[in-house]
Amino acid sequence: MADEPRKIAFICSKGDLDMAYPALVMGWAALGNGIDVTIFFTFWGLDIINKHRQDKLELAPVANTSMKMKMMGLPTGNLGIPNLLGILPGMTAFTTWFMKKKIAEVGAPPVGEYLQMLVDGGAKLYACKMSVDMMGLTKEDFVDGVLDIVTASDFMDMTEGAQIIFI
Amino acid sequence: MATRVIAGKTVQVNEEGFLTNPAEWTKEIAVEIAKEEGIAELTPAHWKVIEYCRATAASLGGKSPTLRQITTGAGVSTKELFALFPKGPAKKVAHIAGLGKPEGCV
Repeated sequence: MADEPRKIAFICSKGDLDMAYPALVMGWAALGNGIDVTIFFTFWGLDIINKHRQDKLELAPVANTSMKMKMMGLPTGNLGIPNLLGILPGMTAFTTWFMKKKIAEVGAPPVGEYLQMLVDGGAKLYACKMSVDMMGLTKEDFVDGVLDIVTASDFMDMTEGAQIIFI
Repeated sequence: MATRVIAGKTVQVNEEGFLTNPAEWTKEIAVEIAKEEGIAELTPAHWKVIEYCRATAASLGGKSPTLRQITTGAGVSTKELFALFPKGPAKKVAHIAGLGKPEGCV
């Protein structure tokens, strides 16, 4: 169907800072290219639309095998942040601060502002009912762009014909 | 490199129909391409965006700025930008302004 616009749906299941960005970046690119975008937030992914949480997402250094000290300009080759150091108080705040700095350096806005751009560009946001019930949240906890709290089955209905990306 | 005639002028275009030489662009060409893109009339608000892109493209190697660069630089809101150039403003703005597609992701 040439007249049917291409449709993409993202399922965001993670609430870590670095896991919030893939759907934001790809969703924004999709909107810019005229592709219909739907995002379904489930489990920890609800943090991305939770107005009390979305700008406080974190990145923990423990068990993170990709974050090398070399990124911080130290001549330490393949050495990561030792897990033993990662458990020290303040280390998660440090790695979060560092990652936010790297994100800002490439011109990407913070999570809340980025998500608002997607909403303004026409992205449709939904929260997963089971996760919302499980975590004791209500629609009041979410940012304005969230259209509704829906079941997994509703999501399947509304994304018929869409390409689905799970994050 | 292919050429095509738009608004009575022969210009060089790439395989996607984007002008490859921004210097060949004219306002008449913009009006013509806008019609092809489904925008019947270019209003002053459209021109504000197009002119901002043309002005900044020189420092971006002939590429159109990204959508965020447009909204922050030209003072147009995201909603307004998507209303002016519906269904794919990133490509549409570049196409109409006679520039290459934006290179950034934001």
